[in-house]
Amino acid sequence: MAMLSFEKKYRVRGGTLIGGDLFDFWVGPFYVGFFGVLTAFFSLLGTALIVYGAAIGPTWNLWQINIAPPDLSYGLALAPLKQGGLWQIITICATGAFVSWALREVEICRKLGIGLHVPIAFSFAILAFVTLEIIRPVLLGAWGHAFPYGIISHLDWVSNVGYQYLHFHYNPAHMIAITLFFTCTLALAMHGGLVLSATNPPKGEVVKTAEHENSFFRDHIGYSIGTLGIHRLGLFLALGAVFFSAVCIVISGPFWTRGWPEWWNWWLDLPIWS
Amino acid sequence: MKISATALTAALLGTVVTVLLVIPMMLQWERPPMVSEQLGYRGLGMEQVTNPRIAKTLEALNQAPVPDDPVDNDGVLVKNDPENYKNVQVLGDLDTAQFNRLMNSITTWVAPQEGDNAGCAYCHNVENMASDEVYTKVVARRMIQMTRTINTKYASHVQQTGVTCYTCHRGQPVPANVWSINPGPKQAGGMAASRNGQNLGGQSVPAYSSLPYDPFTTLFAPDAKIRVIASTALPGGTGGTIQATEKTYALMMHMSDGLGVNCTFCHNSRIFSNWEESRPQRVTAWHGIKMVSDVNTTYMDPLAPVFPANRKGPMGDVLKTNCATCHNGINKPLYGFSMAKEYPELSVPNP
Repeated sequence: MAMLSFEKKYRVRGGTLIGGDLFDFWVGPFYVGFFGVLTAFFSLLGTALIVYGAAIGPTWNLWQINIAPPDLSYGLALAPLKQGGLWQIITICATGAFVSWALREVEICRKLGIGLHVPIAFSFAILAFVTLEIIRPVLLGAWGHAFPYGIISHLDWVSNVGYQYLHFHYNPAHMIAITLFFTCTLALAMHGGLVLSATNPPKGEVVKTAEHENSFFRDHIGYSIGTLGIHRLGLFLALGAVFFSAVCIVISGPFWTRGWPEWWNWWLDLPIWS
Repeated sequence: MKISATALTAALLGTVVTVLLVIPMMLQWERPPMVSEQLGYRGLGMEQVTNPRIAKTLEALNQAPVPDDPVDNDGVLVKNDPENYKNVQVLGDLDTAQFNRLMNSITTWVAPQEGDNAGCAYCHNVENMASDEVYTKVVARRMIQMTRTINTKYASHVQQTGVTCYTCHRGQPVPANVWSINPGPKQAGGMAASRNGQNLGGQSVPAYSSLPYDPFTTLFAPDAKIRVIASTALPGGTGGTIQATEKTYALMMHMSDGLGVNCTFCHNSRIFSNWEESRPQRVTAWHGIKMVSDVNTTYMDPLAPVFPANRKGPMGDVLKTNCATCHNGINKPLYGFSMAKEYPELSVPNP
């Protein structure tokens, strides 16, 4: 793969967390590093195990392949391969691959001397996965509480777990997460729209810059968050959304067992009017 | 930067209000360890997670009383002893000893309190036990017939466990969980007049949601259409309206709350309507809905002329049964303990 003329400048040695110079090289456009090797190992093994699980399962239909966690009766113990053991190993592989990928990002950041914003952001996604598949099952005392690996089957899990709490939209953290997700798309759409509007003036006019962008929002709502600020806001909204998603599921079960509507009785029971 | 006094006051006030709100919000959380039960194939999310500490409180409230000791027959049927037993319309086929034992038990189940209008006197004129002048006696007679109907006609729901007066009454003249037509609170007029029977919070709403607060009047009617899910991929007229759907949802929330279970106790939420993917408990529940409907229309509603106004709802209809009336938050009332077994006279067909 051809390298851009200036790219070589950024291919500097060092910055690795582990392995020193051993894996400090590129394959084509990709930086490898120790964690690149680890990611490849975990993801290949995990994928192979999913394929094996599909092979011993009842279907090759991509939508219906299902690698389910063990029965609740196994608790937090290991289960036989065909009764959830596969799910357990795949979970280790997935978590290993995700964490390695994040650490590979850290190594690249260190090479370039930039902040760790990207790996930190990705860590939130990992946190959400780990919360669902490891933290919550551990708090509830069985791997069987985790979601299965399968396109349709994990959706069935989502639906049923939601209905375990009668009406999941009353989950306060779920409310916050949804609000942040929606606000995140709103911010991204407005940001994208604004940048494109400044760079796509009518025919014959010059391309506008940040001052025009700022002026638009000042005229419009009296305030512009600014070119750097919008990205801080975007990151905050996105990470907040993922964080509260993790919160909303970890409180469902370990910290609340009843219907979510009932949780709101604290409001009805306030001494002001009750 | 200079901070104005107003801003400081506002910030302080905001902090105080937030803290005051957060305290009650935080006090109610539960904590692990929980107890869980798997209700479907592994990984499907069909499970029941319960807090053993809450379950313990419920357990204390749902203990069956010790049944009265069995007694030997006197050898005389009530109907053959008209001198001592007059106006016994339903229990005439009982041996007099069994009859008196049952009367004694009913007293402890329904009106155990001491006082002038409690105990036997809750239903009887103690000067003339045969008299029907106390309205509760007329009601009690009907309720005994109802109990027998439930135990003989609805084994599909009560199985071999059956019910007794205690299943609902729990030592109270009026069972704790009953319902009547709920018109909702007084409304403003004009454009604010219609809340469409929903959007309230609190105890009177199924499972404390903002769903319709009276799903019972329409959905416990004998010909009610509860199932609202369309049977085709695209909506084609077989499903219900949003309003009907929310009413069904409210009824289902009531069932969940009344039985202390979640939706997956009966349904696979992947497709609520499908019987093959539902648990067998859904069949039991279906018969339960039929039973409640029958009990309300055959036994409760016709008692309207008998009940005094203070024993009726705001719309003048009698207090009726729903799932919580018997279940009281437990999926098997009294944890499946069969009191009816100790009182076989409550499980025979009505004469």
